[in-house]
Amino acid sequence: MTEKRKLAEKEYEIWVEAPRVAEKAKPGQFVILRTTAFGERIPLTIVKTDPLSGRVCLIFQVIGKSTAELAALNPNDRLQDFVGPLGMPSEIKNYGTVLLVGGGVGIAALFPIVKGLKEAGNRVITVLGAKTRELVILKEECRAFSDQLIVMTDDGSDGNQGLVTAAMEDVFLRETVDVAWAIGPSVMMKFAAKMAQNYDVPIYVSLNPIMIDGTGMCGGCRVTVADSVKFACVDGPEFLGTEVNWEEFIQRMKQYSREETDSYEAYIRQVNPFGEKKLQQNTDAGTGAGNPVE
Amino acid sequence: MKRSYNKTPMPEQAPEIRWNNFEEVALGYDLESGILEASRCLQCKDAPCILKCPVMIGIPGFIKAIKEENIQKAYEIISRYSNLPAICGRVCPQEKQCEMVCRLGQSKKFEPVAIGKLERLVADWALEQPVEKVERTFHKGKVAIVGSGPSGLTAAGDLAKLGYKVVIFEALHTAGGVLTYGIPEFRLPKRIVAKEIERIEALGVTIETNVVVGKTITIEEIQRDFDACYIAVGAGAPHFMGIPGSALNGVYSSSEYLTRINLMHGYQFPTYDTPVQKAAKVAVIGGGNVAMDAARSAKRMGASQVTVIYRRSVEELPARVEEYHHSVEEGIEYSWLTNPVAYLDDGTGKLAGVQCVKMELGEPDASGRRRPVTIPGSEFVIEADVAIEAIGQGSNKVLLATFPELAVNKWGYIDADEETCATNVPGIFAGGDIVTGAATVILAMGAGKLAAKEIDQYVTAKEA
Repeated sequence: MTEKRKLAEKEYEIWVEAPRVAEKAKPGQFVILRTTAFGERIPLTIVKTDPLSGRVCLIFQVIGKSTAELAALNPNDRLQDFVGPLGMPSEIKNYGTVLLVGGGVGIAALFPIVKGLKEAGNRVITVLGAKTRELVILKEECRAFSDQLIVMTDDGSDGNQGLVTAAMEDVFLRETVDVAWAIGPSVMMKFAAKMAQNYDVPIYVSLNPIMIDGTGMCGGCRVTVADSVKFACVDGPEFLGTEVNWEEFIQRMKQYSREETDSYEAYIRQVNPFGEKKLQQNTDAGTGAGNPVE
Repeated sequence: MKRSYNKTPMPEQAPEIRWNNFEEVALGYDLESGILEASRCLQCKDAPCILKCPVMIGIPGFIKAIKEENIQKAYEIISRYSNLPAICGRVCPQEKQCEMVCRLGQSKKFEPVAIGKLERLVADWALEQPVEKVERTFHKGKVAIVGSGPSGLTAAGDLAKLGYKVVIFEALHTAGGVLTYGIPEFRLPKRIVAKEIERIEALGVTIETNVVVGKTITIEEIQRDFDACYIAVGAGAPHFMGIPGSALNGVYSSSEYLTRINLMHGYQFPTYDTPVQKAAKVAVIGGGNVAMDAARSAKRMGASQVTVIYRRSVEELPARVEEYHHSVEEGIEYSWLTNPVAYLDDGTGKLAGVQCVKMELGEPDASGRRRPVTIPGSEFVIEADVAIEAIGQGSNKVLLATFPELAVNKWGYIDADEETCATNVPGIFAGGDIVTGAATVILAMGAGKLAAKEIDQYVTAKEA
């Protein structure tokens, strides 16, 4: 790890030296890393790469023990393992007008697609949503590659107050959109997919199911898409949002919630890295290819 | 001394103790028992056991050396043929190979010589000896191997001995392939796997973990930088029954369940961070060695009831007899002639039970085994909070998808020549489960040996 920056409460950006990954990575792909030999394999979407310095940028939110341990590392610390780029890249081409919707830490996974689609000559409309102003990450980076940038916050502290789906509807009512992407918490992606479906716009989402090996070997990340079983790690992580069985997907995310809570609480008691008195746990932070079991 | 009718017994952990731990079940011969067992060997001149061994170990020779108390010599003989003897001695289906054709075992009342157990004795002795790091010159060329499972490791060992610089690319963070993520600690301790791998590395082989060929590096890069390549990635994409409820929490593929436990140390959660669901009642679907491994692991994870659901009868069980016996001793139950038809939801998205039907055996099918046929109206439920499907694997497409020039057969496996491991792409060889479909460790090793020989010929001819 060469750099670490705190973006917001519990959200961090890190740069990792991994020349092979930096050289090969395309928008939409992810890596799996481990912080220690005892740690989990954590999948995280690749946000940026710098092939010249051989570095990869990741953004994550602390939602459990594994991400807390990752956040506790410092520049010049070594990660135990780092493998990638994994998954299928986003299909970047000139579609015409594209609508890109990012929610919370999912904005990190959306950003390379925003950039890629702009560079491919699209008219890019980007909607960023978050609970509050400080959680709207990568705003200036996204703005640089967007023809229009709309910000939505739950509390109205930045942009408009409301949900990203409201902003989507405004855009759909106003102009023709050829294709859309939505990356964020599962519930956001589910409703964004419904909104796009209402206006007959194809929409890709990036799923972050529980995952282990990331190479199609274990089948833990299986999702039902258009009534057939897909492995998010090799067939995805992007799928058409209207074809995803969301109830099942959201249910499967909860498989280890008890173990995750126990683990995190034990870690906090032991280390107390954030000086917190009360634990706040978010089981679905929508990190794109995402966090496995926190 | 009169030959005993039976194999010299190997001490084992008692079932009621071992089902609470992940320690090895069979404890191994001491030298005395080994010599006793070795003296049962008839030393046949034509040695049918050798011909039945996929890597053709000089079996009578090493057994004779044990009898003469020369373990060093026994090891030298074995290691001429096998690069992973401590693994073979534990997980080979000896009863279907060397021991099946043992002349002693053919005669009335006698059990065959315990060849596997003797191999293990020698190999375990060798693992305790210091590793000699041989300084080699790699004058013959460079070979890339994709996958560090039994096939890749075997090919790597042989190629290094022949004078090649070998680099193994492994996608996971630990080498060993199925030896590491698949076969449980109680049957194959990971320290044994690690030591065998250390010995392969001591031959001058480099293993690069965390490299997914096709993603991290491409086959084109390998073709550019190496003289030849051996693809030994294994089968490695789990099949699912595809019955209703497969997405319920608590339904696993055996690959996921065993990977969580073995590779990620799920049984040591929370010391290790990756959890695996603990269940009171576990159903395992399938009848192979992987099903046995999953069932016995579930018992060790604390399940009070583990039921293996198999659609045929005990006679057709594909698992090794020894593993089946061990599982029965450990209290694993069997529901024979039973087929799952649906997983039942407890109302919260978690598994509550497996809806099954009873089967009867009809006419033989293409495999020669009698085909199970559903008995109408025989539905019943096996209660379970975890179900593990161990019904086999298909070919993993990660590498193949990025290498469309490579010919595959109708099942999606690489179309490689069985005699030479050659594929349709010159310089690219393939073997093990990615060619044959899921098989045994020793067959994968056999392919690795063959590939090493053929790659040597190919590179030598190319240079000439």
